[in-house]
Amino acid sequence: MGQETFQQPNEHGYYGKFGGAFIPEMLHRNVEELRTKYLEIINEPSFKEEYAYLLKDYVGRPSPLYLAERLSEKLGTNIYLKREDLNHTGAHKINNAIGQVLLAQRLGKKRIIAETGAGQHGVATATVCALKGLECIVYMGEKDIERQAPNVARMKMLGATVVPATSGSKTLKDATNEAIRDWINNPVDTHYVIGSVVGPHPYPDMVARFQSIISEEIRKQLKEKTGSELPTHVVACVGGGSNAAGAFFHFLDELSVQLVAVEAAGHGIDSGMSAVATKLGTVGVLHGSKNLVMQTADGQVVEPHSISAGLDYPGIGPLHAHLYESGRGKFIYATDDEAVEAAFELTKLEGIIPALESSHALAGLKQLNLTKKDIVVVCLSGRGDKDMSTYMKYVK
Amino acid sequence: MSRIKNAFNKKPQRVLNVYCTAGFPALDSTLDVMLALQDNGADLIELGMPYSDPLADGPVIQDSSAIALANGMTIEKLFEQLTGFRNKITIPVILMGYMNPVLQYGFEAFCAKAAEVGVDGLILPDLPQYEFEAEYGAIVKKYGLDFIFLVTPETAEDRIKQLDKLSSGFLYAVSSSSTTGNDKDFNAVEKYLERLQSLKLTNPVLVGFGIKDKETFDAASKYTNGAIIGSAFIKAIGGKENVQQATKEFLTSVLK
Repeated sequence: MGQETFQQPNEHGYYGKFGGAFIPEMLHRNVEELRTKYLEIINEPSFKEEYAYLLKDYVGRPSPLYLAERLSEKLGTNIYLKREDLNHTGAHKINNAIGQVLLAQRLGKKRIIAETGAGQHGVATATVCALKGLECIVYMGEKDIERQAPNVARMKMLGATVVPATSGSKTLKDATNEAIRDWINNPVDTHYVIGSVVGPHPYPDMVARFQSIISEEIRKQLKEKTGSELPTHVVACVGGGSNAAGAFFHFLDELSVQLVAVEAAGHGIDSGMSAVATKLGTVGVLHGSKNLVMQTADGQVVEPHSISAGLDYPGIGPLHAHLYESGRGKFIYATDDEAVEAAFELTKLEGIIPALESSHALAGLKQLNLTKKDIVVVCLSGRGDKDMSTYMKYVK
Repeated sequence: MSRIKNAFNKKPQRVLNVYCTAGFPALDSTLDVMLALQDNGADLIELGMPYSDPLADGPVIQDSSAIALANGMTIEKLFEQLTGFRNKITIPVILMGYMNPVLQYGFEAFCAKAAEVGVDGLILPDLPQYEFEAEYGAIVKKYGLDFIFLVTPETAEDRIKQLDKLSSGFLYAVSSSSTTGNDKDFNAVEKYLERLQSLKLTNPVLVGFGIKDKETFDAASKYTNGAIIGSAFIKAIGGKENVQQATKEFLTSVLK
């Protein structure tokens, strides 16, 4: 017998053999509190109402599903872009930040902490904290603070305290370590808003549920546009995997829909400078869950590389690890150069400058042998404003 | 009877467990530090296996881990260093580390090798109760190793009892909910230790996190069987040429 659903983990947080909650006892109370209460809270009518209201009037949802005609023509198929880039704060991250901050309020938490890589999740969390008048502390790798100055300024303007993570490689994984340490040291009044479908159970499931609004809308919008709720393909980039989890969610058990995850291959998958956790990783425990981890033979976590800070993560969420291992998802990868090329192509053909993360999903399209019969939805997870300094290097 | 149990039977009070990072300060200083600990009054040794992402540890131990890794320390290398160590060291030795490197080595192979070289027990802070009971506990037991769980001031009473039942050797009482090496007000800690004492647990209890000198060691020992010193010891031997001398000075100051 196969598993009944790909959507939810079992009661211990396992998607197949991935997931769980590998946490020190110091985090037990907080994680257990979340685990026992998150479903109840997010199903309360008052929660649902406030969440739906903020997504609509504050974020601007539903985000459009846009038929990219010129790109479709060039690729000889039908490409619909799910425009998460048009959300307030410029990416899908706000969907989860609102959900978790509303949840934290209902748990009586007064202090919000978050980790961030490129700064999108940090900005989203700082935004919702400003809206709700909550204290916000964002951990960010010292190196990322240097390379993402505009987002650091945004977080500060929004009233957040940005704390540099100076340990280890000084990037996203270390910012995550520091945020977890903060939570250990502040076990009562603090909620940790994890930005992706990673971390101990129930985080992967909770974040996937908050992001599932993406595929919920896609189904409705596609029905209106094509007469069918189901596309042939859904394509999304994967670092930790939150936008992909959201874009895939309501198609996970629709086996006719091919789910395509595009990882970041950096300078090339065999270059030693990439972030393809599925193919380069082995089963390990990172940030509280069993997943696929890029590591040395001795089990030390390896620092990945991607031109996109949002995909620069040495692991992958347990849902995705399971989609990979079970064959339910098709996992491909795109290099830095391929992603940049795809970004320029979309900009030229459609007048949309995508985030570097989303550009990986666009680059993946060329590997799919698409035809005129296919209906392809690409999750355009974020806008490219934050990446202009990188793109400018490629402008001749 | 396990070597740890035996040690507590012989000396139930003021038991001093000292943490040191394998391969720190130098790759081949592991055994020197362990010997110096034994010679200068430590009752148990908690030997840390360095990891790139030590979530439950503070900056001092993380830095020592980074140095040890840069020195070339690996689990493989550590087992080489530990081969034959029982010829010189008779006090209990517990390996402390994180799940990822252990899984990568192979959990069962790791337990087998640890037992073979003469290690007595394991502390793996990110191996929680559910996983231990579901999968890993049986393997730990198969190789006769003790397994030590952590409890904190936030741990509910019935859970403390469960973790006590699953532990063998001793129970590790984290003095406050914090990462290692954090200073906390010790008065609040005393209340918690009194509470632990009143639970009449089956295992001896050692207090860790925030124990750094004679005063905190004495205070912890008042309510429990003793304490664990980590970050303060790492600081004391960090950058020292003569680790034996530094270890001697540190332990003398704690035990005077």
